[in-house]
Amino acid sequence: MNKIERRKFIKLGLYSTAGVLCGSLFAFSKIEQDANVDNYEALLKFDWGFLVDTTRCIGCGACVRACKIENNVPESYFRTWVERYEIDKNGNIRVDSPKGAIESFKTDNFQSEDIVKAFFVPKLCNHCYDSACTQVCPVGATYETPDKVVLIDKERCVGCGYCVQACPYGCRYIDHEKGVADKCTLCYHRIQKGEAPACVNACPRSARIFGNLKDPKSKIRRILDQRRYGQLKPDLGTNPKCFYIGLDKEVV
Amino acid sequence: MIESANGFVFPNEMHVTWTVMIVLYPYITGMVAGAFIVSSFYHVFGMEKLKPIAKFALVSSFAFLCFATVPLLNHLGSPQRAFNIMLTPNFSSAMSGFGFVYSFYMIIVILEIWFCYREEFIEKYTNSGNVLKKIYYLLLLGNTVQNENTRKYDRKIVVFLAGFGIPVACILHGYVGFLFGSIKANLWWSTPLMFIIFIFSAIVSGLSVLIFLYQLIHWMRKKEIDQRCYELMAKWLWGFMIIAVILELMEILSISYENTERWAVLKQLINGKLWISYVVMQIGLFSIVPFLMLTFTSLLKLNNRIKNILIFCSSGMLLLQVLFMRWNVVIGGQLVSKSMRGFTEYFPGYFDKEGIIVSVIIILVPFLMLRLFDSIFPFFHKKKVRRIFFSEYE
Repeated sequence: MNKIERRKFIKLGLYSTAGVLCGSLFAFSKIEQDANVDNYEALLKFDWGFLVDTTRCIGCGACVRACKIENNVPESYFRTWVERYEIDKNGNIRVDSPKGAIESFKTDNFQSEDIVKAFFVPKLCNHCYDSACTQVCPVGATYETPDKVVLIDKERCVGCGYCVQACPYGCRYIDHEKGVADKCTLCYHRIQKGEAPACVNACPRSARIFGNLKDPKSKIRRILDQRRYGQLKPDLGTNPKCFYIGLDKEVV
Repeated sequence: MIESANGFVFPNEMHVTWTVMIVLYPYITGMVAGAFIVSSFYHVFGMEKLKPIAKFALVSSFAFLCFATVPLLNHLGSPQRAFNIMLTPNFSSAMSGFGFVYSFYMIIVILEIWFCYREEFIEKYTNSGNVLKKIYYLLLLGNTVQNENTRKYDRKIVVFLAGFGIPVACILHGYVGFLFGSIKANLWWSTPLMFIIFIFSAIVSGLSVLIFLYQLIHWMRKKEIDQRCYELMAKWLWGFMIIAVILELMEILSISYENTERWAVLKQLINGKLWISYVVMQIGLFSIVPFLMLTFTSLLKLNNRIKNILIFCSSGMLLLQVLFMRWNVVIGGQLVSKSMRGFTEYFPGYFDKEGIIVSVIIILVPFLMLRLFDSIFPFFHKKKVRRIFFSEYE
């Protein structure tokens, strides 16, 4: 093989690797169905749902980091976080989420040999069908979009904090810099473009699944149709839209 | 729950959202509603003995009402949008009614004060010089007619407003209780009894502040108080504080007797974070002690001087009791994590925007305002009061 051919070969190899990498990044970040949404009727075809497979989560915290960067979440507040549950042989349970697990989990709380069961549970806004936060917002700043995502109109929010009190899941907080309430938007700016939320994209184990609940062919719908799942605090009547596979009774 | 599970709070719960400002708001509106109801005792229910404080109660209610929104505005993240609550109200929210109830109540109080003081304004109008005369003319809205008919008419309107104002005052304050009581996510708040407890505690704080100030002003001015009025107020205070405290204790008793998971968490709250402020201060020191003192003054024959001192002290203590109650409700409820596995901490800080110094100022300003109001709407007919007092007790 002469010099020029070798150079050509390496060049081709590099280009194709880069191409495959870019292509895969693009492909994986896309949700199955393009959210082609230029009018109200188009939005009505969607009902965005979220599924967390707790049996797959490894507590790496990549989702928390991705969310922080994507949404510029204020210091010491979280739109999503990961909880760690550890149960020892005496039945003692210890739950923690240091800094929302943004730096993952560094230390053990129990002696490893004593732990009989341990698992991670990622949490985020449940985008409830009957959300308490939408009900209590005095100025109508919190609202539900036609594609069933609960959002905050930050031009209208007065920052009273009533929604923070009303949310049973601790998903809301007051962004003191802007003086308004804030929470997970399911990366609405991304899903509008047909991309997956940042946390879903960042999860290395596909523990977070996002999709259109109205589409019978969507991955989330198929999983929900086949597997057993739970919801957080179903007794409160909020009808949450974040579903959990492998939900333990200890998780609230 | 197992002891090792006690320390987990959701990451967003590390900061308490509703600060001491939200403690002050129900405290101040409580006094507004309570004082108004006391003034209505005379105007509507014809309790002649309460006549000496009827006007004072009304004007106090107004002074507190003027400042009720200050802590709220200081707390709002975006106070510049405060009027959104009336411009774009979301009626599924209990809070959306705030602006309307508050304004409606304000109108009733202002109207009642105007009709109550019309006669005095006319007197001042006729006796004053150029500029003051014009001010009083404006205040009177140009109507300076006064005769038997107008007085009768004014009296009728006052009775109507005072009567109509009672449910509105109850709504104004009961609704604050409802705001808390209707939060299903909060174990400590969520109870339908909350708004009833708030109404009774409002009357307790209203009566307490009136008794306290009535005695204090008369001591400072070296004037005699109307003993009959004072004792009647003390008896009412005794009765209402019993109802308020019992209601609250019954609530706790009922939760503990049900012994659900809720009690497992609240038990830890009461025995832990709220032990000092709730059990020791609110229930122990500031409920039981004034209860005993008021029992003595209401049931035993005591020397007037001792009796008045006891009543004065118990009214001061009950003012603190209600403040503690507001703290324990508002802050206490937020200390419990929604994870039901832990408790958070709260200290307002001394110099913060929503800290202790600002809170003290916010609490004191209505009292200074009240002092100012005394020169515009004199509360006490000093001579008359003295005459009544001397004619009966000398």
